[in-house]
Amino acid sequence: MTTATARLALTIPALLAVALGLPAPAAADDRGFEIAARSDRSDVGFGDSRVSLEMVLTNAAGDSTTRALEITTLERESEEVGDKSLVLFSSPRDIDGTALLSHAKILDPDDQWLFLPALKRTKRISSSNKSGPFVGSEFAFEDITAQELNKFSYTWVREEACGDFTCDVVERTPLYEGSGYTKQLAWYDQTHFQVRQIEYYDRRGSLLKTQTFEDYRQYGTVWRSHLFTMVNHQTGKATDLRFGDYRFDVGLDDGDFVKGVLRRLN
Amino acid sequence: MAQLRLKLDSFAVALTRGVIAWRFLVLLGCLVAMLVAGLGAGGLSIANNYRVFFSAENPELVAFERFQATYTKNDNILFVIEPEDGTVFDQDTLAMVHALTEAAWQIPFTIRVDSITNFQATEGIEDDLIVEDLVHDPAALDAAGMARRQAIALAEPLLRDQLLTPDASVTAVNVVLQYPELDLAEVPTATAAARALRDRMLEAHPGHTIRLTGVSMLNNAFSESGQGDMASLVPLMYLVVLVAAFVALRSFSGTVATLAVITGSVVVGMGAGGLMGVQLTPISFSAPTVIMTLAVADSIHILLGMRSAMQRGMAKHDALVEAMRVNFLAVSITSLTTIVGFLALNFSDAPPFWHLGNITAVGIAAAWAFSITLLPALMSVLPVRVAVRADVGQGGWMRALADWVIAWRRSVLAGSLIVTALLVAAIPTISFNDQWVKYFHPVIDFRSDSDAAAEHFGLYPIEFSVPAGEVGGVSDPAFLQRLDQFTAWLRQQPNVTHVYALTDIMKRLNKNLHGDDPAYYRLPDDRELSAQYLLLYELSLPYGLDLNDRINLDKSATRVTATLGPVTTRETKAFLAATEAFVAETFPPVQQTKATSPQVMFTYITDRNVQSMILGTSIAIAAISLIMVGALGSLRLGLLSLVPNGLPILATFGVWALLVGEVGFSIATVASISLGIIVDDTVHFLTKYQRARRERDCSPEDAIRYAFDTVGVALIANTAILAAGFLVLTYSSFKLNVDLGLMTVIAIVLALIIDFLLLPALLMLGRRGPAEAGAGSPAAA
Repeated sequence: MTTATARLALTIPALLAVALGLPAPAAADDRGFEIAARSDRSDVGFGDSRVSLEMVLTNAAGDSTTRALEITTLERESEEVGDKSLVLFSSPRDIDGTALLSHAKILDPDDQWLFLPALKRTKRISSSNKSGPFVGSEFAFEDITAQELNKFSYTWVREEACGDFTCDVVERTPLYEGSGYTKQLAWYDQTHFQVRQIEYYDRRGSLLKTQTFEDYRQYGTVWRSHLFTMVNHQTGKATDLRFGDYRFDVGLDDGDFVKGVLRRLN
Repeated sequence: MAQLRLKLDSFAVALTRGVIAWRFLVLLGCLVAMLVAGLGAGGLSIANNYRVFFSAENPELVAFERFQATYTKNDNILFVIEPEDGTVFDQDTLAMVHALTEAAWQIPFTIRVDSITNFQATEGIEDDLIVEDLVHDPAALDAAGMARRQAIALAEPLLRDQLLTPDASVTAVNVVLQYPELDLAEVPTATAAARALRDRMLEAHPGHTIRLTGVSMLNNAFSESGQGDMASLVPLMYLVVLVAAFVALRSFSGTVATLAVITGSVVVGMGAGGLMGVQLTPISFSAPTVIMTLAVADSIHILLGMRSAMQRGMAKHDALVEAMRVNFLAVSITSLTTIVGFLALNFSDAPPFWHLGNITAVGIAAAWAFSITLLPALMSVLPVRVAVRADVGQGGWMRALADWVIAWRRSVLAGSLIVTALLVAAIPTISFNDQWVKYFHPVIDFRSDSDAAAEHFGLYPIEFSVPAGEVGGVSDPAFLQRLDQFTAWLRQQPNVTHVYALTDIMKRLNKNLHGDDPAYYRLPDDRELSAQYLLLYELSLPYGLDLNDRINLDKSATRVTATLGPVTTRETKAFLAATEAFVAETFPPVQQTKATSPQVMFTYITDRNVQSMILGTSIAIAAISLIMVGALGSLRLGLLSLVPNGLPILATFGVWALLVGEVGFSIATVASISLGIIVDDTVHFLTKYQRARRERDCSPEDAIRYAFDTVGVALIANTAILAAGFLVLTYSSFKLNVDLGLMTVIAIVLALIIDFLLLPALLMLGRRGPAEAGAGSPAAA
């Protein structure tokens, strides 16, 4: 099941959704893989979507600041390529109109272009860095993009209560290069098969961050969390992502996700 | 007063008789007390954070904590790598730097690693922005690729002089750590991992030297220095006590009893520290040495009294009782004044001095209690043989000294005052220097490594959080221009080795985004453009190399780091003052900033502690003077005692100014510590003088002779023991202890000289008229 992006991939700059790629892990731990695959399947066929969100950053001193952006995502049916996404920043004022286009890939770094309105030019970003913070937040690029099923190997760990649900806790190990993590622990609920929480472990295997997913709402067959909270345990910084309502089937196609459209967005 | 003295005498007699009667019970009781207190010592831990030197209210600490909460913690480990072949840009060295950069992530609590290999080099080719590690595969580099990277690194303001020397002969890898601060094992764990990593790297790549410095290594050095001192100074102190007690007492039993008393006192003092939850620093680690030094005096006074009573023919138990009777008051008063002096350390701004003061105060109280219980009980059990001597009389050279002082009292007075005045005049030449690296003796690895590292890189960062005055303001061209002026100005200042500022990144990005056209290596003149560059740049950076440690959350402030080479406190103050003036005239009020960093904190540590200890020392002086007035039963003598008590301390600073000249912040505490100790001599001298005046109706001159006769030798012996004990402290690997020990030695010796010369002269000055008759005549005592 690789055609659909994972829920997360379509939320923020759903930069990637890979179809092709690494072979499914061997049957060594089918249970973990099956749970992840079931969650992935619950998200098939949304087509395209658009959502506005607020990013609230908080530092260890308790100061906070807000950024506003809009994300448009195109699901791609082909297994050979990843999803395409467009991130349009509207605040703070001085980055209003800056737009990021991403064509996700699996083995190679994503193709990314950034339109800088002040320069009136579109620049291609050539970088293999996926692990850096996204616009200064506690979310790394890969946290919001690398949710594709086959980007990880899975091991089922345990079953436990999580809020109103019962969750399977699955350990996921990134298979792609350039990750900032050695592993993640993901909590999948057994009712709607949605991710409720992810713990990120750094290169030493120490707990780095915890992300929680709240305020799930159902759109037809798919579920979307409308509040992501990421807490960095090492620095005491935190970032919340507050989503507005999703719009699906906006009527977009590949032609809306090419470099040339970036300067026409405003 | 006389009545009180009699009451105390009879109390001492009754107490000692009781102790002797119940000696085995007393011994058992003392043992139990030591064991219980010893259990309390389990609550002690070893501090490994320089922040323990600052109280929670310290303004420089508060400012720095706020700074760190806004950006990132400043704990770091700096690996300084020097290849023997003198060039960093060859495959072996680059391979090591690359491997070290990767492996450093495995050091516990690492949140960022910066090196020349993972430096995020940016390049603009037409409409592409390429962001990549400067060196990501050293083995694949040919000579041209190597040369190209060396040129980029040397031209890069963020690397040159910070992670790479201008001749490319030495490089550094900076590891930033963020400790959860839940467990004291964190710092030792991280530094041990860093050392193991260094060893692995050296093994794999021989022909290199790697030195470790940085805040984490500093913090670790505090615990290593304190523990090292504990292991070397305490045994040395035992040796000193053993020799001193044996020489003074010439008695095996007396020596054993003295060792028992001081051991018990140390155990109780440290146990109390444990109950108070003290985190030991090199300063409080010196408490055992100090307690032993002071505790030994009590025992020796009592045991000498016992010996002299036995020499006069008394039986052992009677001699013990007599010794206690004669010494109880003096021992109690001297203990009390010393306790007051040490408790005054609680006024210091530095918690380690609170700990030293409180542990020592409890230890001295324990020494007093053990001296009047454990000591007589033990002595009554142990065998004591003293030959009865007929010539127990006084005289000899002590008497000669007394006569000389009496005969030449005006010259002695004038001479002492002139010398003291000259010494006091020299005090202002003392320079305060708190270079924390230099707190450690070169035997501590941190010091020798830091000294070597300092030959290549600056080690003292001064941080500025420059506010732009509004959200997103760091992109404002006018602000960036001012920031650039500030950066340029900082680079011109003496002792500044490197400046890390946002403007260099901005200029580079502006060039990259104009196809690497060198003409665009300048600040963007458009606010939106700068903001969008930053967004672009942030999107391109890997984990751990982000801008969150340079720009605050809402982009309303940016951090500028000026690194200083080896600077004295005075030079740092001059730099900070110049900076403040420059900031005031360059930036509008909303954009003004103040420097912060550990270096800034240590720069003001002496000032803060001198300020806070002025009150503490004043209170100690007042309390000790009151005790003196009470003990001597005379307001006049009590106030007079201020002179021989106060002058030695002033003179000590004068001697220090002439002989050493430079001192760390322990100077703030010397006055109250020394005062509590040197007052003992005055107590002994004046009580004897007073006793002669009142009980024997002597003239002041004869009373002075009597005082010299009775306590002269004991004061010299006491001074010798105290001086030896505080000299032991000068073998500490921690400079603050060395300063404290040496200054206390000077104060103690000067106090004795002043008590022998100036004090008698003053006493006779006061009573010139009626006393004149007796002057110069042989004593009639």
